[in-house]
Amino acid sequence: MDSANPAEGVVYTETTVYSPPQQYVAEAPYQIAIVDLGSSPPNGPGRITVRILADSPAERVRIGDRVSFVENRDGVSYFRKAPGLTPA
Amino acid sequence: MRPVAIIGIGKTAFGALADRDLRSLAVEAVGHALSDAGMPPGAVESFYLGNFAGPSFVGQNHLAPYVAASAGLEGIPCTRFENACASGGSAFFHAWQGVAAGIYEVAVAAGVEKMTSQPTPRVTEILAGAGDMSTEGRAGATFPALFSMIANRHMYQYGTTREQLASVAVKNHANGAKNPLAHMRKVITLEQALAGKPVADPLTVYDCSLVSDGAAAVILVPFDRARQFTSHPVRVLASAQTSDHLALDSKDDITLFPSVKSAGQKAYTMAGLGPGDIDFAELHDCFTIAEIVASEDLGFVEKGMGGPFAAEGCSAIGGRLPINASGGLKSKGHPVGATGVGQLCDLVQQLRGDAGDRQVKRHRIGLAQNLGGSGATCVVTILGKNA
Repeated sequence: MDSANPAEGVVYTETTVYSPPQQYVAEAPYQIAIVDLGSSPPNGPGRITVRILADSPAERVRIGDRVSFVENRDGVSYFRKAPGLTPA
Repeated sequence: MRPVAIIGIGKTAFGALADRDLRSLAVEAVGHALSDAGMPPGAVESFYLGNFAGPSFVGQNHLAPYVAASAGLEGIPCTRFENACASGGSAFFHAWQGVAAGIYEVAVAAGVEKMTSQPTPRVTEILAGAGDMSTEGRAGATFPALFSMIANRHMYQYGTTREQLASVAVKNHANGAKNPLAHMRKVITLEQALAGKPVADPLTVYDCSLVSDGAAAVILVPFDRARQFTSHPVRVLASAQTSDHLALDSKDDITLFPSVKSAGQKAYTMAGLGPGDIDFAELHDCFTIAEIVASEDLGFVEKGMGGPFAAEGCSAIGGRLPINASGGLKSKGHPVGATGVGQLCDLVQQLRGDAGDRQVKRHRIGLAQNLGGSGATCVVTILGKNA
């Protein structure tokens, strides 16, 4: 993610991957999500596919959760559940 | 454009066929289709082969002439079509155009995939290449993951349930158990489907189509010549191919496929028909959620009601609109490049009244929907009995 993008977003959808491609076998299970960044650029709905950082299943996210940007590794954005309020 | 008929169909068994290679499967399907049509190989004027990933799965390129020369189709134009899981549908769409436009008198559309010689993580990786590898693929999205994200959003927006998803698998397994060419001829219960091993949450192995080897082929001629070959020609009432972005995060609403809606609308307009005129359908159930979404996108049910429609038995063989009487990709198997052509073979078999235990009661008009990736390609074809 580049610095022009907001550091926060809302989970539009998500899934936890149990059967990974060869390249990510060591990382499974892992959660990915499409995050709504709240902007509306001309070429699409302003969403990004990201990896969710979760140290335990309880830290995984659900649709509607707020998430914050943590870091970019090898062209992939990593987000984590934002602290505080989570919609029911 | 002139009317076109399908006068021959041919399929191999779908399955994990350890002793068969890609070429022998494709040659067998083409051979069956030619004999079904009573057509000598030398009469074929053009060959269209759907194949997704032969180079990755079996290390062979230049597949169309590779297959054609062994099938006795020599010297004619031979071209491979690659549009992910809609490769077979695309091959058919272009073959139909060639005959409809008056360029060819006899065309063969075939599809083939040989997948089971690779281990699962490698198959998963090859299939992921049908998505956008620079964004979703890099983040670790597999195909089950993309459809799981669609399923989760559909559940969130419309209240679709796990049980409704599983009911699609139960129905398609019940149908496929009656299909001698199906990969997994096994009846399953709702409880089994719900307890399946997770692949990508909420989809389990029972929500996912099978990794299969197999091939299928059809023979096309102008409709006014069809009766020279067969007493039961099937008319191509419409065929439409559409496209969209590859990446799921580029779409405004992932609970529908714009490419399916537009291909459906184009096909209905071309055929002068509406969703209510379709007697039965073969829909692209690469995952259970995909059948539910397609049934909505094609206008068979109201948006958001695809889950209840399946769970209430409306799409069973004896239901209001039978969907995937063949067993679908779920039970019949999904040799990716063969699937779109295989669906058309299944429609023709039903239209002829030759589907045995799987025969649907009303079988004048059938629709096939073949989806590529997470909706970046769609082909919808409508076939009708005689006249």
